[in-house]
Amino acid sequence: MSLVERLTAAKQAHDFQALFDLIPYAKFLGLTAALEGDDLVTTMRYGEHLIGNPALPALHGGTLGALLESAAIFQLLWNAETIVLPKTITLTIDYLRSGAAVDTHARGIVTRHGRRVTNVRMEAWQTDRGTPVATAHAIFLVMRS
Amino acid sequence: MSDGDDERNQLKLKLVRAFSANVPHNKALGMRILDIQPAEAVFMLPYDAKLVGNPDTGVIHGGAITALLDGASGAAVFAALTDFVPIATLDLRIDYLRPAEAGHAVHARATCYKLTRNVAFTRAVAYHEDPDDPIAHSVGTFMLGTPTGQVKP
Repeated sequence: MSLVERLTAAKQAHDFQALFDLIPYAKFLGLTAALEGDDLVTTMRYGEHLIGNPALPALHGGTLGALLESAAIFQLLWNAETIVLPKTITLTIDYLRSGAAVDTHARGIVTRHGRRVTNVRMEAWQTDRGTPVATAHAIFLVMRS
Repeated sequence: MSDGDDERNQLKLKLVRAFSANVPHNKALGMRILDIQPAEAVFMLPYDAKLVGNPDTGVIHGGAITALLDGASGAAVFAALTDFVPIATLDLRIDYLRPAEAGHAVHARATCYKLTRNVAFTRAVAYHEDPDDPIAHSVGTFMLGTPTGQVKP
């Protein structure tokens, strides 16, 4: 089975963990997901290996970027906006504050559903959803059925 | 440049290299620092099964390339500064130009092309072997002299 087929199976079974376990990098980052209404919230569980600045300590900017990009991709797959894994064309991340050494959550909001290209806005937060640690927007190449 | 300045500069570049090599996430990814020159850094990310984003193709996740470009760009800023001050990434834009190939290491060459009193500007390319055949291109901005207090969740 391809990744997208396995996602469809995981979606029907409501088993996100099965999907994340299939993606080695998602497992390395400690990603999980949960549904909040129609929104898929992707969570990066804190681990020492995510630290970029041990003196603060603060999360590595790359981990926040990876979480935001993953949240967008999972939302697109969840919405069945594509029959292939979306390809990132461009990703822009705004780092708003240092990421503390705790769990980080993210979600993606699809702002344009194109036939070939789709635009997604993302935000990542820690303890307070109203105080994001980073926001991003990305453009993906997709393939509709 | 006098010999004293040159020695001080070499020491600074060594410090940037040691600092980057000790970043826990860089270590966890297996990132290696290949070269640090004034305002320039070359990092390498060896291919590893744990970095795979698409198990169908074995291609590494874009997030690992984001971390590599962010890390190399930050090191280029440190390598451009006369004195060490804490820095923080303000923004980073990454254009993915072509897919990475499974089984191959990814390099990143970053340059800090402009320093102002408050902000550093960077650009970087990620590539397998040839910087003229890039996988991704990034531009970033970094705030200089950020506070060093504890980060509260």
